Amino acid sequence: MSKELIRLSDCVMSYDGDVVLDHINLYINDREFLTLLGPSGCGKTTTLRIIGGFLSPTAGDVFFDGVRINDVPPHKRAVNTVFQKYALFPHLNVYENVAFGLRIPRAETVERDGKAASRKVKLSKQEIHNRVMEMLEVVNLKGFERRSVSALSGGQQQRVAIARALVNRPKVLLLDEPLGALDMRLRKDMQGELKRIQREMGITFIYVTHDQEEALAMSDTVVVMDQGKIQQIGTPEDIYNEPKNAFVADFIGESNILDGVMRADGVVEIFNRRFPCLDKGFAPDEPVDVVIRPEDVDIVDPGSGQLRGTVTAVTFKGVHYDTIVDFYGFKWLIQTTDFCPAGSDIGIQIDPDGIHVMRKSQYSGLFGDYSSYSEEYEEIGDADYVPDGEEDGHEA
Amino acid sequence: MKHKRSLLALPYVGWMALFVVAPIVMVVVYAFTTAGFEPTASNFTGMGTYVSIFARSFQLALIATVICLLIGYPISYVMAKEGPGFQRVATVLIMLPMWVNFLLRTYSWMAILENNGLLNQLFDAIGLFDLINGLFGTDLTYFRMIRTQGAVVLGMVYNYLPFMILPIYSVILKLDRSLLEAAQDLGANSAYVFRRVIFPLSLPGVLSGVTMVFVPSVSTFAISRLLGGGTHMMLGDLIEQQFLGGAYNPHLGSAIALVMMLIVIVCMWVMNRFGQGEEQAVVL
Repeated sequence: MSKELIRLSDCVMSYDGDVVLDHINLYINDREFLTLLGPSGCGKTTTLRIIGGFLSPTAGDVFFDGVRINDVPPHKRAVNTVFQKYALFPHLNVYENVAFGLRIPRAETVERDGKAASRKVKLSKQEIHNRVMEMLEVVNLKGFERRSVSALSGGQQQRVAIARALVNRPKVLLLDEPLGALDMRLRKDMQGELKRIQREMGITFIYVTHDQEEALAMSDTVVVMDQGKIQQIGTPEDIYNEPKNAFVADFIGESNILDGVMRADGVVEIFNRRFPCLDKGFAPDEPVDVVIRPEDVDIVDPGSGQLRGTVTAVTFKGVHYDTIVDFYGFKWLIQTTDFCPAGSDIGIQIDPDGIHVMRKSQYSGLFGDYSSYSEEYEEIGDADYVPDGEEDGHEA
Repeated sequence: MKHKRSLLALPYVGWMALFVVAPIVMVVVYAFTTAGFEPTASNFTGMGTYVSIFARSFQLALIATVICLLIGYPISYVMAKEGPGFQRVATVLIMLPMWVNFLLRTYSWMAILENNGLLNQLFDAIGLFDLINGLFGTDLTYFRMIRTQGAVVLGMVYNYLPFMILPIYSVILKLDRSLLEAAQDLGANSAYVFRRVIFPLSLPGVLSGVTMVFVPSVSTFAISRLLGGGTHMMLGDLIEQQFLGGAYNPHLGSAIALVMMLIVIVCMWVMNRFGQGEEQAVVL
């Protein structure tokens, strides 16, 4: 299971002194579902293109199965890609799109008179047919063989792109924001489908997305990137529960990020009040960032809570209420099923495992305040699909 | 809303009716009447005499088109692959001759190809004729270039090459780069990518290029007159003679023009059908 397949060793990518990837070190195991997650321009697509062979790193090495592949062109790599906008061949029907990779004659080394010789090998028509039909079955597109790809819906085109990439039986499938252009519901369906395909085929998926929910739902390992650097690598649970810095905490889910001081192991001070927590190993009185997830806050009577604040806004979200509470001028987001009208005084209680303490970083103080709550929410809504234009711009 | 839009279209409908439909109707009427405007089909029945002119016109136009394609496609391909700076310069260089009057360009070729023209003077100056005469014991003082079919084809290629290059270039330029990457990703080397992706997807450009070279070539009269010296009469010359020349007979001229138009339309139709089939046939 956990045999290392791909390794990026100290990879740097820069264009005219503009550093896009800053010393990336990363290994990917066989059969792993790994997600590169980050905002546009963070370097995730560049990383994917380096693995795919479309870019060569300015410095550093790429290894595949222990062999350095920096200079191996894309068509000689055991890696296939599902492109952002699918890149289906418009002049070919569904069947021919999927068969494309199988029709290409491959060089194969054969023994001839005791010497190794290379010759071109073509698959038989029957084998091509079997494999195409098998793949169309995997992606649920049986019966669509003769359709023109332009006559397909976005979700169907997506499936063709996946089938086309998988038909060559790659060891690794690279997916560049494959669900970005689909609507919400279809995206959810395809997430499950991709997961199923990955399990069934038993291959490694390297998945690029800016959608944190998608990343958490599908991945074995999440790599959070920003400004060309890896911010954190871990399981979805690790990333969510133990974010390394304010950027990760803010990017993954909702979080209230507060200034605090670590008074002792298991004791953190916020707003001059001491809270029990589970974090250890900080210097005495070390200033820290404290993350409190909106769902980890219990609302209690004003008198009996650890903190006391005033509700300033309430939004009904279906399962819960998004409640904005003002504590000494700092606004928190609390997600609760109890309705507290705006203007009411409440107390809150936070369990020790609801508090996560992080060391200060360059991101401290940038995130986590919900004073401008409503605008921020709109922004999040708009940011539904942002293609990585900045990164694409570097290809030429 | 719809009503308003159709009102806006009126001037264009009027323009088309006046300058496209009406002339064609006139050509048809002339073609089927005698000088006294009596209905007749004799303009067509007597056309057998001109078969050789038809054949020569289509043959030369076809040769010119094929040469344009063979020269134009690689140029378009290279241009589309190069950077924007190269593309700007190349586009201007290709367009530049078109800013000079067509007749002027063709007269220039006369001056170049004449028996004592620039090219022969150059050959003389570098001692080419002396060399050949010395080797083969001949008595050459010039190459006969003007007043040959070759010169006519050269004139066509020179004048119409831009019409081949530009459509192909713009189609290749607009090809989605990610399609090429996808093909590479699936294991195709660059030759395979060209054969199975770039070329089939550039066929629409090739088709419009071929049309834009073939149609004016088949009906040209200035090129064949000036560079062919009137010895290789083409359809354009024949039609022109019926309207302006000594053989004044606009009714016959219209009939010839009509037949030519029909043949061209049939050619284009067949080619378009073939082209559409090709896109799929390439892969099957």
